[in-house]
Amino acid sequence: QQLLGDKSEVYDYDLIVIGGGSGGLACSKEAANLGKKVMVLDYVVPTPKGTTWGLGGTCVNVGCIPKKLMHQTALMGTALQDARKFGWEFSEQVSHNWETMKTAVNNYIGSLNWGYRVSLRDKNVNYVNSYAEFVEPHKIKATNRRGKETFHTAAKFVLATGERPRYLGIPGDKEYCITSDDLFSLPYCPGKTLVIGASYVALECGGFLAGLGLDVTIMVRSILLRGFDQDMANRAGDHMETHGVKFLRKFVPVKVEELEAGTPGRLKVTAKSTETDEIFEGEYNTVLIAVGRDACTEKIGLDQAGVKVNPKNGKIPVNDEEQTNIPHIYAIGDILEGKWELTPVAIQAGKLLARRLYAGASLKCDYVNVPTTVFTPLEYGSCGHPEERAVELYGQENLEVYHSLFWPLEYTVPNRDNNRCYAKIICNKLDDNRVIGFHYLGPNAGEVTQGFGAAMKCGVTKEQLDNTIGIHPTCAEIFTTMEVTKRSG
Amino acid sequence: MHQAALLGSAVKDAQKYGWQIPQPVSHDWATLAESVQNYVKSLNWGHRVQLQDRKVKYMNMKGSLVDDHTVRCLSSRGKEMTVTARNILIATGGRPKYPTHVPGALEFGISSDDLFWLKETPGKTLVVGASYVGLECAGFLTGIGLEATVMVRSIALRGFDQQMSRLVTDYMQGYGTRFCWDCVPKKVEKLPSGLLQVTWTDSRTGQDHQDTFNSVLWAVGRAPETGTLNLQQVGVELDGDTRKVMVADDERTSVPNIYAIGDIAQGRPELTPTAIHAGKLLARRLAGLSSQLMDYSNVPTTVFTPLEYGCVGLSEEEAERRYGKDKVEVYHAFYKPLEFTVAERELRQCYIKVVCERDGDQKVVGLHFTGPNAGEVTQGFALSLRCGLSYAQLRDSVGIHPTCAEELTKIYITKRSGLDATVTGC
Repeated sequence: QQLLGDKSEVYDYDLIVIGGGSGGLACSKEAANLGKKVMVLDYVVPTPKGTTWGLGGTCVNVGCIPKKLMHQTALMGTALQDARKFGWEFSEQVSHNWETMKTAVNNYIGSLNWGYRVSLRDKNVNYVNSYAEFVEPHKIKATNRRGKETFHTAAKFVLATGERPRYLGIPGDKEYCITSDDLFSLPYCPGKTLVIGASYVALECGGFLAGLGLDVTIMVRSILLRGFDQDMANRAGDHMETHGVKFLRKFVPVKVEELEAGTPGRLKVTAKSTETDEIFEGEYNTVLIAVGRDACTEKIGLDQAGVKVNPKNGKIPVNDEEQTNIPHIYAIGDILEGKWELTPVAIQAGKLLARRLYAGASLKCDYVNVPTTVFTPLEYGSCGHPEERAVELYGQENLEVYHSLFWPLEYTVPNRDNNRCYAKIICNKLDDNRVIGFHYLGPNAGEVTQGFGAAMKCGVTKEQLDNTIGIHPTCAEIFTTMEVTKRSG
Repeated sequence: MHQAALLGSAVKDAQKYGWQIPQPVSHDWATLAESVQNYVKSLNWGHRVQLQDRKVKYMNMKGSLVDDHTVRCLSSRGKEMTVTARNILIATGGRPKYPTHVPGALEFGISSDDLFWLKETPGKTLVVGASYVGLECAGFLTGIGLEATVMVRSIALRGFDQQMSRLVTDYMQGYGTRFCWDCVPKKVEKLPSGLLQVTWTDSRTGQDHQDTFNSVLWAVGRAPETGTLNLQQVGVELDGDTRKVMVADDERTSVPNIYAIGDIAQGRPELTPTAIHAGKLLARRLAGLSSQLMDYSNVPTTVFTPLEYGCVGLSEEEAERRYGKDKVEVYHAFYKPLEFTVAERELRQCYIKVVCERDGDQKVVGLHFTGPNAGEVTQGFALSLRCGLSYAQLRDSVGIHPTCAEELTKIYITKRSGLDATVTGC
């Protein structure tokens, strides 16, 4: 069916979405709901190890979902130990089987992939498992896995191609190392693992692998969780260290060599200190690289469409309506310059974009006060500014920081992690003591933080917080009785 | 003890996640009881230390009023003394009620006061009463592997949103707790074996039934300890029905220098955090440091049943009563906690309901959540309600993924539309 578009051009589709991840699917479904003819192209370029996956993007396949399930599995290991203190009796011979977990997780992901395909079909979105590239401003070439090419035109395009893990550029990295793209479907237990990186991906993966009983070392070049509140980041890291994760700080890897092939095999890693001449050599079954992610904007023909890309990081600058420099081409999700790399943000942006394009809506995606959670063994939830940033923006004297250690009731009987959990709020004295930073280190951080994120959207002040009654006994209630300021010492 | 039950489920679920746990798995009450009791004793000690540090004189004696400035103190050994005070605060709380009209109730039954201190397992237990106390206790007893039955006279969780209450009890039935609906106990007898024989009447049929239990737990409500305080003689007025102390907005009783807070005060929520907060604010007012009164509106709470239920604000019924059904919009969703999927657990009762004013901003007047960690989920939203949360602001909030709480930021199906409220996919 040929449709009339801008300038009386005739296009195959109203909208072509490149990328079937969180953002792309949300946008295409919403556009289809509004009666538009939509095509979604999703294609996973296999990893150097040959790993690939189905429809749904990073979150569903190699991100949030398998991560949380494996993190949950690790937490269960601790729960099993706690259970004994609460009267549960069972053999000390408890062990973990990687294959059982991997199969269960992958089966669940498979059901989600399937669910998405059905959902797209139900909404009459044309889904194509092909790699898309621009050949002209309104035309893309789609290449399927067998190399067959087809061409499609659209009035508008949305780029939602996401990112893939970055490699180190050292000998042996692509040949012998894996990334998060491979980890969640690894057919064999990774064994003794070296994680290179200190991003949340590195800490979360290192954290759950240790929780499953594996020997884990994390090699950190400089700081943990760059961009996050550093005090909170270090507390999360300290907790991991107390619980057996080894940290190699201020080292960078130089080369990776294979000592023995296998599933897993044995790898030798050579690293050098960033400060001294010290050389480190270590042997591991698996090396997991988690040093960042690169936007998939290099090989999709953006030059053919004239779309401007930041050459330093491959990200796409957009205005506050997600529009690129080319008026009929938009971008959402992880590829955006200067925006959050989070599934719910991509989903929100995708939906609102579709409504603005096709339903006459004007609501823009609000990127302020977006709550997040790092699912380290001791979870860290936050919303608003890290303390350092708040100080930078407002000046120390204009801030009041309230804080408190706390001991979750569920940790008391098993007698663990006393005075590890920590709550902190940052208030702006110049603006009615408005809460501009919320930080929580403790169990169920995501569940705790969500509601406080909503409150920050409503402009919550310290007074409103103090007048809210706590739910007892919970961890979250600590925020309703915070009296000690950092200033008081 | 609820945590012990949750850990039992975790032990079962863990196997689906690859943890290999040789069977059998069993639970020992004595270990649990000792751990819990030791922890509680450490808290008792902690309180004594805190009072000492703040130079509060603590006397382990039973108090009663002599006049509006004099308190009589009686020790357990019968030693008596009097003290005088400018101001007097009554915070004596409540104790479980016994159905004294049921023969054998007092002699053979126990209450929550006893349950947590039992040295030996309560065994097969009949819990009479479907208050949150009854449901929570029956829930964790089931969770640690004991046979528990809840006997309900009419409805469960009176005063709470009844749709949510049904989801809680439905889940418990699937979990293994038995329910005896529309039944009232008639008598309790002790058999030579030591077992308790309970006779009850099914009020639907009028028929009597019998069964034996190791323990009978009365959870039929709590009553204030006003009897022995000598309140009325001093002029402190009590409510005719509840026997609780009548109080004004500033916690003052009918006697100007006598105050009452907590469970003993008429019309107040029977919750620890409200009592704590009211107590602090009262102290500040008495010290002349502030005039701030306690705000008892929109107090959040959580019922710690096997499927937890957190709520703040109005129930759907109460909202309809106050505003009229036409002026209320209810958004709802059935959702699936990620951690239950791989564990292949029952998901049908995980549910969210947001009750809003239908017009204008659609201000949120009530929020209800069943699911894991309900207390943690609800707390921040209670704060948001205090900030005047509207439906638009809720939908504008970005979710944290993957969590259960994020589902609250995604609800869009109204009850009014009649559409299927089951959330699909990511």
